[in-house]
Amino acid sequence: MGTNRRQAIGAMLGLVTLAGCNGGSGPGAARHKFNSVDISGGGLGGEFHLRDPEGRVRTLADYFGKVVVVFFGYTQCPDVCPTTLLRFKKVMKILGSDADRLQVIFITVDPERDTSEVLKAYLPLFDSRFLGLRGNAEETAAAAKSFRVFYERLPGPTPTSYVMNHSAFGYAIDKGGHARLLIPHDLEAEEVAEDLRYLIET
Amino acid sequence: MRTLALLASITLMPIAALAQVTVSSPWVRATVPGQTATGAFMTLHSAEDAKVTEARSPVASVVQIHEMKMEGGIMTMAAIPSLPLRAGQDVALKPGSFHVMLMDLKKPIREGDDVPITLIVETANHLRKAIEVHAKAKSAATASDNGH
Repeated sequence: MGTNRRQAIGAMLGLVTLAGCNGGSGPGAARHKFNSVDISGGGLGGEFHLRDPEGRVRTLADYFGKVVVVFFGYTQCPDVCPTTLLRFKKVMKILGSDADRLQVIFITVDPERDTSEVLKAYLPLFDSRFLGLRGNAEETAAAAKSFRVFYERLPGPTPTSYVMNHSAFGYAIDKGGHARLLIPHDLEAEEVAEDLRYLIET
Repeated sequence: MRTLALLASITLMPIAALAQVTVSSPWVRATVPGQTATGAFMTLHSAEDAKVTEARSPVASVVQIHEMKMEGGIMTMAAIPSLPLRAGQDVALKPGSFHVMLMDLKKPIREGDDVPITLIVETANHLRKAIEVHAKAKSAATASDNGH
């Protein structure tokens, strides 16, 4: 992916991106060049307060020490969401034993139809380690705001046949809880795995 | 047998002349209990210019043809009034473009189910034909028609 496109995506989200620059997270350190858009220090909160399918409250702090990938979607979506989950299934396979140091989290933008039961049955179809989180309308909106995720509901012919439009990026958060990468939906699994392996091993 | 075949060809001829549309590799994404919508995918091929104006299925109360678009990282999905079929060209309904959206499902669709879908195709001279499709339900974790 070209630098221009990275910067365009970053600018669109109001994030500071340093793709193509030698910023450096430590003194004198050259910034690692990722395949994803580097948003380190870009001001993305990446916080959430949601529930897992067992009803336990989950926040980002629960996953400190692991690299976390978060993305937003809804299970009624037959297109991008399963495609993204399949890509992460492949990423897990590429990462091998390193995959145990990664937590993939799917946050539903459609808590009304994506009940705990649906999320509990759906995510393991892709990988047993994937976690689906949901909140009430306010908690969902707060999580989306923290990730600067856009979502909207478009009415359908019946009250239950609405569709959701939403941002299709993945977000990688490092072991210390800092948002690091914006993962475009069309990046190859190999490219994503390479980026995540770097975050896992550094 | 020969007579039957001949009779069949005579009976079918006017219909075939209306719109020769073939459907290949139809499949539906299976659902988990509680999931009320899913999508059907297939490849359509029409010998002449035509369009799919409607889709119906007994498994869902609402059936629409949807187009998925990705704009600036935002995924949008919307019903389209009709799906154009250009003469001699394949039109793929696949993840990343079009799909038949099955909503308000009457029951979960399990892997291996046969899902009947009727497509209404209209030719340039406004002749309409119903095409019966039997889509096989595959795991939700299916990438495309070959299941890789």
